[in-house]
Amino acid sequence: MGLHTKSRKNKFSTIIVYLILIGGVVIAVAPFVWMFLTAFKTNSEAMAIPPVIFPKQIRLTSFVTIVDKLPFITIYTNTVISAVVTVIAQLTFCSMAGYAYARIDFPFKNVLFTITLAVLMVPGTFFILPQYRIIYKLGLLNSIPALFLPNLFSAMGTFLLRQFFLSLPQELEDAAYIDGCSRGKAFLLIMLPLVKPGLVSLGILTFKFAWNDLMWPMIVNTSTEKMTLSPALSFMQGQYVTDYPGIMAGAIMAVIPVIILFAVFQKQFIEGVAHTGIKG
Amino acid sequence: MIAPVTIGLGIFYFYPFFRVIRDSLHNIGAFDRDQGFVGFKNYVTMFSDAEMWQTLLNTFKYVIIIVPCSLLLALFVAVLLNTRIKGLSIFRVIYFLPAITMSVAVSMVWRWIFNGDYGILNSIMTGIGLPARQWLNDRSTSMLCICIVAIWSNVGYYMIILLAGIQGISKGYYEAAEIDGASGFQKFYKITLPLLTPTIFYVVIMLIISTFQTFDGIYLMIGTKANAIKWTQSVVMYFYRSAFDYSKKGYASAVAVLLFVIIMAITVFQMKMQKKWVNYD
Repeated sequence: MGLHTKSRKNKFSTIIVYLILIGGVVIAVAPFVWMFLTAFKTNSEAMAIPPVIFPKQIRLTSFVTIVDKLPFITIYTNTVISAVVTVIAQLTFCSMAGYAYARIDFPFKNVLFTITLAVLMVPGTFFILPQYRIIYKLGLLNSIPALFLPNLFSAMGTFLLRQFFLSLPQELEDAAYIDGCSRGKAFLLIMLPLVKPGLVSLGILTFKFAWNDLMWPMIVNTSTEKMTLSPALSFMQGQYVTDYPGIMAGAIMAVIPVIILFAVFQKQFIEGVAHTGIKG
Repeated sequence: MIAPVTIGLGIFYFYPFFRVIRDSLHNIGAFDRDQGFVGFKNYVTMFSDAEMWQTLLNTFKYVIIIVPCSLLLALFVAVLLNTRIKGLSIFRVIYFLPAITMSVAVSMVWRWIFNGDYGILNSIMTGIGLPARQWLNDRSTSMLCICIVAIWSNVGYYMIILLAGIQGISKGYYEAAEIDGASGFQKFYKITLPLLTPTIFYVVIMLIISTFQTFDGIYLMIGTKANAIKWTQSVVMYFYRSAFDYSKKGYASAVAVLLFVIIMAITVFQMKMQKKWVNYD
């Protein structure tokens, strides 16, 4: 009898767990569902009180209007360029530096690494005013490079990848050197593939940051043609307050790339984030 | 191999670090015109400004509300996801969605939910016979709205870190506890919680640092011109307004230095305190 009640109790608690988790799912996705439904509504449907949940007819007009209202394609391209350049640069520079700090001895290594760590401790906002001044002095305000220049170099990325390289066994590399492999080759062909979860999670976090960032692009690029999506949508929200289907259509197009990227690399990303969490 | 990162960090981070400290001692007005060394004048002005004190109070309120709520919810979801349930990876992706979504897109929807004139929340309120409110303009609710959105976007991210921490705990402890007849709650309090303290510590530090820098939500849902900005603005928002709305860059640098000092002090304090509750063996 004891066993019987125990399994019934287990079944009951499993149902409760599912109910709570599904409740959480509803809270997590409701705003996205609303965004999605609204984008297909007419303006009067969107503004109706009490709210209309489903649009009568699926129409794509709001997607067309948003592309017309803003130089949407230019802004989208700017965001793609800025995010992709940032990711490529960070992965290249940080994996090189991370490897060097983990495996090579060179003069002033400890001092330089301490300085890198110190940068990591400072909140990002702290650097913004002088960074802005540098961009201004270089004559780069309202240009595409202004969007990504300071973000190409990352103390966090360097530290993260150093931790990944440190966790690899030294014997792997030694074996390669015995076989006559050069340092550069060992780095590119043996070590780099082994830190893939680290590269993926740094890549996604960087992409997410560059794609979504608001304050920096808003400060350096004020002309619409050079904006990224975040400031442009926020600007549009102020301009066209009442065109909800339009701004929701813009929002959907803006969030989709990051979601796809995350869905594709989910497994490695979680591995990487988990790694940083435990080591951090 | 370290040259690109080192040079880049030097130019865009290391130099700016000292430049901010220097600028905080200067009077820098519109168009970046440096009007000379003024000693600690910016700091004196800052500490005698009532708005600054209100801002600090707001920021601490954000930390006190957002950090524990995000942590507890994230821990709760992580523990639930750790019970052998089906569809773990789907749940994980869905819970993670708010964390990776552009804050601008997210706040558009939330702003609409909280809108005082045609908001969804008010439709629900009047539907069940409660009075409608100006959620985002009301002194008693505007900060809460920002906190809700912040917690909503935090939970998924920290849940993933905590879940990974829980899954890293050796199964042997639980098997031993089961043999001794431990209940689910006992297992949580006696095994999961103590062994998870390093991860919890990391999550708390990250949450405090990021909450201290709350900006997007306030900028997007309240805006710089609304009346409610006084009782919702964070230190970073105040910094932004000083530097770019009022073009007082020397003063803004002093605000940035204060932000840095507070975050450093809290982090050092936490590092000292961790010996008391974080379990590293």
